[in-house]
Amino acid sequence: MIGPTLRTAALQLLVVLLCTAMLAPIIIVVIASFSGDGYLKFPPDTLSLRWYVRFLGDPRWLASLWNSFLIAAMTCVLSTVLGFLAAYAMARGTFSIRKTITALLLMPLIVPHVVTAIALYFLSARFGLIGFKPWIAVAHSVVALPIVLVILQSALKVVDPNLERAAMIFGCTRMGVFRRVVLPLVLPGVVSAMLFSFLTSFDELVISLFLAGIRAETLPVRIWNSLLLEVEPTIAAVSSLLIAVTCAALLVEWGVRRARERTLATRN
Amino acid sequence: MSTSTSQGVRLEAVSKTYGSETVVRDISLTIPQGEFFTLLGPSGSGKTTTLSMIAGFTLPDGGRIHIDGKDATRAPPRDRGLGMVFQNYAIFPHLDVFGNVAFPLNVRKVPKPEVAKRVAGALEMVKLTSFEKRFARELSGGQQQRVALARAIVGHPPVVLMDEPLGALDKNLRYHMQVEIKEISRRLGMTVIYVTHDQEEALTMSDRIAIMNRGSIAQIGPPREVYERPGSAFVARFLGEANLIAAKREGGALRGAGGAWFEVASDRPQAAGGQVFVRPEKVSILPEGGAPSANQIAGTVRHTAFLGNVVRYEVTLPDGQIVLCDATNASGTVLRQPGEAVRLGWQRADALLLEA
Amino acid sequence: MPLRLAAKWALIAPALALLLLLFITPIGWFIWESLTELGSLEEVWLETQAVLGSRAILGAILNTNGIALTVTVMVLVIGYPLSYALSRARGLAFSLVLLCIVIPYFTSVIVRTYAWMVILGRNGLINQILLGLGFVSEPVDLLYNRTGVIIGMTYVLLPYMVLTLYAAMKAVDQRLLQAAEGMGAKPMAVFAKVFLPLTLHGVTAGSLIVFILALGFFITPALMGGPGDIMMAMLIEREIELSHNWPVAALMTIVLLGITLALYALYGRVSDKAEGGFAR
Repeated sequence: MIGPTLRTAALQLLVVLLCTAMLAPIIIVVIASFSGDGYLKFPPDTLSLRWYVRFLGDPRWLASLWNSFLIAAMTCVLSTVLGFLAAYAMARGTFSIRKTITALLLMPLIVPHVVTAIALYFLSARFGLIGFKPWIAVAHSVVALPIVLVILQSALKVVDPNLERAAMIFGCTRMGVFRRVVLPLVLPGVVSAMLFSFLTSFDELVISLFLAGIRAETLPVRIWNSLLLEVEPTIAAVSSLLIAVTCAALLVEWGVRRARERTLATRN
Repeated sequence: MSTSTSQGVRLEAVSKTYGSETVVRDISLTIPQGEFFTLLGPSGSGKTTTLSMIAGFTLPDGGRIHIDGKDATRAPPRDRGLGMVFQNYAIFPHLDVFGNVAFPLNVRKVPKPEVAKRVAGALEMVKLTSFEKRFARELSGGQQQRVALARAIVGHPPVVLMDEPLGALDKNLRYHMQVEIKEISRRLGMTVIYVTHDQEEALTMSDRIAIMNRGSIAQIGPPREVYERPGSAFVARFLGEANLIAAKREGGALRGAGGAWFEVASDRPQAAGGQVFVRPEKVSILPEGGAPSANQIAGTVRHTAFLGNVVRYEVTLPDGQIVLCDATNASGTVLRQPGEAVRLGWQRADALLLEA
Repeated sequence: MPLRLAAKWALIAPALALLLLLFITPIGWFIWESLTELGSLEEVWLETQAVLGSRAILGAILNTNGIALTVTVMVLVIGYPLSYALSRARGLAFSLVLLCIVIPYFTSVIVRTYAWMVILGRNGLINQILLGLGFVSEPVDLLYNRTGVIIGMTYVLLPYMVLTLYAAMKAVDQRLLQAAEGMGAKPMAVFAKVFLPLTLHGVTAGSLIVFILALGFFITPALMGGPGDIMMAMLIEREIELSHNWPVAALMTIVLLGITLALYALYGRVSDKAEGGFAR
C-alpha cells in the first residue's frame, strides 16, 4: 500500500509549500521593514528601526495615518449602524422583493471599485466634497455595508424570535428588547462587523485615490503615491503597520467569538 | 399585578386574516379569573394565533380583547401584565437562571432585595433552588421548563399564557410537569390559558377546554362534558376514539344496519338521520341469548388488541362499518378471538345523535 | 416577533438610501451626463463605434479578459488542492492552513502587491536565488510585465477561490466517498466520479467570482504591469485622471459593468444551488 501513502505525503508537501507561499510575502515585508540598509534588499544585511523612525518622523506619513484612522472609525460606526438595522429588518421582516434587495445590497462587492470610485468622484467634484473626510467615510460605507450585512445576518440567525417575544411580554419596549436581549446575543457579530468594516476602510485605496485630494490623503493613497516613484523601505514599515492592524483585528475577532462560543455552547 | 381583584380574559368576536386566509374567525370567549383554560386543536386550527393575539404579538383585524377588565386589543405586550411559557422555553442564553427569573422584575425596576426574595420564592415553587448560577446550556429539558415556569409566575401576573409548554418533554416528565403546573396555578389562583394539540393533556389539566377547528371554536366546556357530549363528529374524533355509526330515521325510529335500532340521549326527532356516537369504553359485549332491544348490534370480531388493562375489539358490522369496543380486563374475562360472532350493546344515556 | 410593514421599511431604508444615493445614482448619473455631453444619440453611437473600434481600447478589453482568464485558471489549479486539504484537515493543521489563507485575505491589496514587488524585483528574493544558484547570469524581468501581473493577481484572488471551494467541499457527504470505496472504486476513480462532480458547482461559483473580480482589477496591474498590460479599469482611470475624457470613460464603464453584471447574474444562479458564500 505504498500508493495512497505516497499520494498523501505528496499532497501534504504541496499544501505546506502553498501555505508557505501564501504567508511568505507578508513575512518578507515585515522582515524587510527592519532592514538597516539604505535601500530595499532581502534578506537585509543589518537590522534596525530606521524606517520606522523615518515613518514616525515624517509629518506627511503621520497625517495620512491619522486620516486613515479617522475615516475608518467613521466608516465603521456608520456602516455597522446602517447594516445592523438592515440586517434586522431582513431577519424579522418578510419582503416580497427580498432577492432584489439582497442582490442590490451585495452589489458594491461585485462592481469594480474603479467604477464606484469614478461615479463618486463625479458626484463629489460637483459639490466640492473632495478631501472632506466624513464624506470619504460615507463613500467607504458603500463598500463596507455588504460585508457588515453578511456578518450580521448570520449573527442574527442565532437570535430566536421567541426570545424577543419573551422579553416583550415581560415588560420590555422595542428598545429594551434590543438592549437587554438582541444586542448581548449578537455582540460578537457586531464586533466582527465593526472590525471588518474598519479594516475595509483602513485598507481601501481606489475610492480614496479619487476622493481624498491632498487634504485627506490616507495611508494606502500615500503608499500608492510613493510606490509610483520608488520601492523604498519606508513603505515596508508602513505595510508592516497595516499588517499588524489586520492581525490585531483578526485576533480580537477570534477572541470574542471564542469567548462567546464558550458561554453559549449548548450541552449536547 | 395583583391576583385578588382581577377579572380574567374576555374575547369578543376576534378575527385574524392573513392575505386571503382567515386563520381566526369571530372568536368570543370569557375566561373567569382562576380558571385553567385550554385551547385545543390540530395544527392550523388557529389556537396559536389566538394565543398570540391575547399576548399582543399579533394584532386582531376585528373584535376586542379584554384582559383583567381593561381593553387590551391594541396594547403592546408589555402593558398586558401577562406571564408566558414558550414552546421552546425561550430561556435567555446570556443570562443565568437567576437572571432569567429576575428578568420580568428587573425590567419593571423592582428593588434589588425584593427581586432576590421573589426569585427565591419562584425557584422554590418550581423546585430549582440552588440552580441560580447555572446557564441554560447546563440544564436538562425539564429544568429549563421549570426556569421558564418560574419566570412566568415570578411577577404574580393574573394571567399566564402557555404555548405547548410540554411538547418537548418525554412522556414520564410530561405527566409530572402537568401535575406540577396545575398545582402551582391552583395555589397562586392565576388564570392559565394553555395551548396544546394533545387531547389527553387538555383533559387532564383543564377546567374548561375550547376545541378549535379551522379558525373557529367547535365546542367549549369542561373536560367530561366535551368528551362525553361532543357537539360534532370533529370534536368526538379529536378527543379520543369514537364510534360513529350511520343511522337513518324510519318511522320515527333510528335504524342501523342488520335490523338494529338506536335510542339516544336527547334525540332530535326532526333530524332525518346522522351518526350515532358512542365511546368504545361504553360499548360492551352482551351475553348470548338476550331478547333484542335498542342499541344492540351484531358483528364479527375482526381484530383483538390486548392492551393490558383494556382489551380492544374491532368488530365488523354486516354493512362493513367497524365498531370499537374497549372491554375492561376484569378477572375471569374471556378473550374473544377474530372471526367470532358477537353482540354489542350500550346504554341509551351514553349515545348521542350527531350530524353526519 | 415579526416586524410590521412600516417598521421593516424604516429599518432597511437608511441602507437602501445609502446605496441608491451613493452607488446606483452616481453611476447612472456619471454615465448619462458623460454620454449626453457628446450630443445626440447618433453622435453617441458614432463615438461608441470609434471607441470600441480603437486599437488601444480593443486591446485593453482583450487584455483584461485574457489576464482574468489566466488568473482564474491559475487560482483554480492552486486553490483546489489547498481547499481540499483545508476541508480534510483537523485541529491545529486546520487552524494553520486557514491562517495562511485568512491573513493575506484581510491584508490590504496594496500591501500584498507591494510585497510581491519586493520579491519579484531585479534585486528581489527570486532573482537573488536564481543568480545565487547559477540558473541565470543576469536578473530575470519578473516585474512590470505580464508575469508580474499574473503572479500578483493570482496571489490576491486565491483566498476567494479557496473559501468558496472549501464551503462546497465541506458539504460533501463523506459517506458517499466511503460507499464508492466500499464498492471497490480506486482513489482516483472516487475523486473523478464522485468528489469532483459533487464539488463542481463550487468550482463554477469560485471561478466566476474570481473572474468577475479580476475583470475590475486596478491596483495590482497598475503597479506590477508593463506598458502592454493595460486593463479596462486602468484605462478608465487614465481617461479621467490624465485625459479628462469622460465620454470614453463612460463607454468603457458600460462595457465593464455589462460583463460584470451579466456574470454576477450567472453567479447568482450557480450559488442559488450551492450555498457557498464569500464575505469580502
